[in-house]
Amino acid sequence: MASDKVLHVTDGEFDNTVVGNDLPCLVDFWAPWCGPCKAIGPVIDELAEEFDGKVVITKMNVDDNPATPGKFGIRAIPTLILFKDGEVVDKVTGAIGKTQLVELINKAL
Amino acid sequence: MPVDYQLIIVGGGPAGLTAGLYAARGRVKTLLIEKGATGGQVLLTDWVDNYPGFTEGVSGFELMDKMTAHVDRFGLEKKFAMVSGLDLLGEIKTISLENGDQLSCRSVVLCTGARPRTLDVPGEKELTGQGVSYCATCDGPFYRGQEIAVVGGGNTAIQEALHLTKFASKVTVIHRRDELRATKILQEKAFANEQVDFIWNAQVQTIEGDANGVNQLQIGLTDGSKTTLPVTGIFILIGVVPNNEILPMDQLQTDAAGFVITDTEMETSIPGVYAAGDIRSKNFRQIINAAGEGANAELSAEQYLAGLK
Repeated sequence: MASDKVLHVTDGEFDNTVVGNDLPCLVDFWAPWCGPCKAIGPVIDELAEEFDGKVVITKMNVDDNPATPGKFGIRAIPTLILFKDGEVVDKVTGAIGKTQLVELINKAL
Repeated sequence: MPVDYQLIIVGGGPAGLTAGLYAARGRVKTLLIEKGATGGQVLLTDWVDNYPGFTEGVSGFELMDKMTAHVDRFGLEKKFAMVSGLDLLGEIKTISLENGDQLSCRSVVLCTGARPRTLDVPGEKELTGQGVSYCATCDGPFYRGQEIAVVGGGNTAIQEALHLTKFASKVTVIHRRDELRATKILQEKAFANEQVDFIWNAQVQTIEGDANGVNQLQIGLTDGSKTTLPVTGIFILIGVVPNNEILPMDQLQTDAAGFVITDTEMETSIPGVYAAGDIRSKNFRQIINAAGEGANAELSAEQYLAGLK
């Protein structure tokens, strides 16, 4: 089940929703043609439930929103970037497991 | 002693899903555990042209969607979790999950699969995701109009090199031998495609880049000479390594490369424990034989379970 706590952000909303957020933000850059992106989808949903109120979990479709991925030099998906106070804390590429993603998120807490 | 399940299948690629299909239809109390989403390595593939019945071919994504829908139709129980360890030697097998849960069962089918092999050259790790890729279908669209390289000469390398010509202006295949291992029809397509170039008898020695990612490759040729290839991307498709990290390697018999050895009925060195798909020690890794082995492994497991009663 897709979690309604995952925010879908666009290029236009990125500065407000991610950069300007008081909470740390995880952005999952994905596209509909990417199998591994689909593979980590359920994990992203779980993270959104578990970190509700502590970390904002977001997804950006790189097909519809080319500007932000371009800005961050993204050339592979899924790429997940963790932001805190508007700055990049860390990023990972590829379909990694939940434990590794939790470790990543904990870097901002 | 009561157990949680009669059969647990570890891994949800084509082998695991087919084992699950047979188990669900056989009314065996079964759980399939998958770490991400079902589909396995097929999700990395753009197009599948050799799965029988799909006369016009099928995308890797759609094929695995259908295999998943197929097991769902027969009510296979699935759990999305990471397995942290297995104890397979006793009559009751124990599977530990990363969250600390433990599940017991009488029989196990191992379908943990394999993952792309890395080149292990300088620059590869540092530039992964910034020009170094192992998934053409994921990352191809980021290379529109650019010149890129594919390393490898097997079916996967050539299939994906052809796929990448939809985006890249030029795809150079770098292969360590002087002929391809890929099936003839793929070779014919690659040789006929003007966007595909070849560097034979060659090995990538260094992947170089800057803040913008990969910018060139240092290549060594068999005759001892060296060459530089300017590219913005390199797709490394040189075979697979086994996903055996969670397996009890001290309990299971494996080959030198770490793949699990089975008999012709998919039974491993441990009674009641079977292996199917890419994790199995064998010559050919195809979707169709993963599926076939999954069916065989489950039927063997059913026979084993019947013998316990």
